[in-house]
Amino acid sequence: MIADWPCPAAGGIRHERALVFDRNRTARLLVVPPLFEEANRTRRLLMGAMRQLDDAGIDSLLPDLPGCLESTAPFGEQDLDTWRAAMATAAAHFGATHVFSLRGGALVAPTHLPRWLLEPVAGAALLRQLLRARSIAAKEAGRVENGAALLEIGRAEGLELAGYRCGAGLIRHLEAATVSENSGTAIIRQAELGGGALWLRSEPADDPAQSAALAALLAAGIAG
Amino acid sequence: MTGVNDSDADTILRGILRDVLGLDQQRTDALTADSGLFGSLPELDSMAVAGLLTEMEDRLDIVIDDDEVDGELLENYGNLLDFARSKRAAAQGA
Repeated sequence: MIADWPCPAAGGIRHERALVFDRNRTARLLVVPPLFEEANRTRRLLMGAMRQLDDAGIDSLLPDLPGCLESTAPFGEQDLDTWRAAMATAAAHFGATHVFSLRGGALVAPTHLPRWLLEPVAGAALLRQLLRARSIAAKEAGRVENGAALLEIGRAEGLELAGYRCGAGLIRHLEAATVSENSGTAIIRQAELGGGALWLRSEPADDPAQSAALAALLAAGIAG
Repeated sequence: MTGVNDSDADTILRGILRDVLGLDQQRTDALTADSGLFGSLPELDSMAVAGLLTEMEDRLDIVIDDDEVDGELLENYGNLLDFARSKRAAAQGA
């Protein structure tokens, strides 16, 4: 269920973890988690879908992004390039044949395999939401923080956003990053899963019906 | 004309709160103008409010400036709905 994989890191290799349903089958789906808090909110959705894919005869592999979830890598040293390199390495290490990502995961998911993106989002939209959360929290604490000024600081020296110490590189990458949609990319909309988006939910939640719908979509797509 | 838009805004806003707060349909339908939001609902923290505002922008096709967001706006459902309606009217009138 938990596997190690060697991830490129500053000064060598760091062992990262992945949640896997791995029985050495032909179809092997790399699941790229969404970024920031959305990774926690959608963990159970993804695990439920992976369990169903396992029943459908499809292996799936959900690596941690370095600095996120169980990873011990420093978050502040990560940017979209380190995450892209990490996901490309995980895809190669596990021999992934297909890719699925959710929301901001689309920004770092490998592009050379057939892939499905659930509600992909541009980096600027994620960044805007994080900056907004910080301004609101500041206002609540009686301080005034202006989004544009914060962004200026973030670009130069990094910024703490929603509890994540983001490096300047990550801020700059997020500002510019858009989702690349090549011919091997299929977009899945939330409406296709039925029910409200779990990545929006203020408390992490579960929805077995959505997990089943997602797994069915992916299994049908992989079967081609 | 504006009547139709107004009820749309209400439906859309209830839908967003249902999604963000994970409310069931019954609790969503039961929201009134006086229903307290920020400060009354512990799950509505700053990150959730940011998500709520972003979803409002997407689904109502409006743009919300940071300085429009204050405690009063989020105090209760009625204030938020009034705000959504006026933003929507301005966006459609423009």
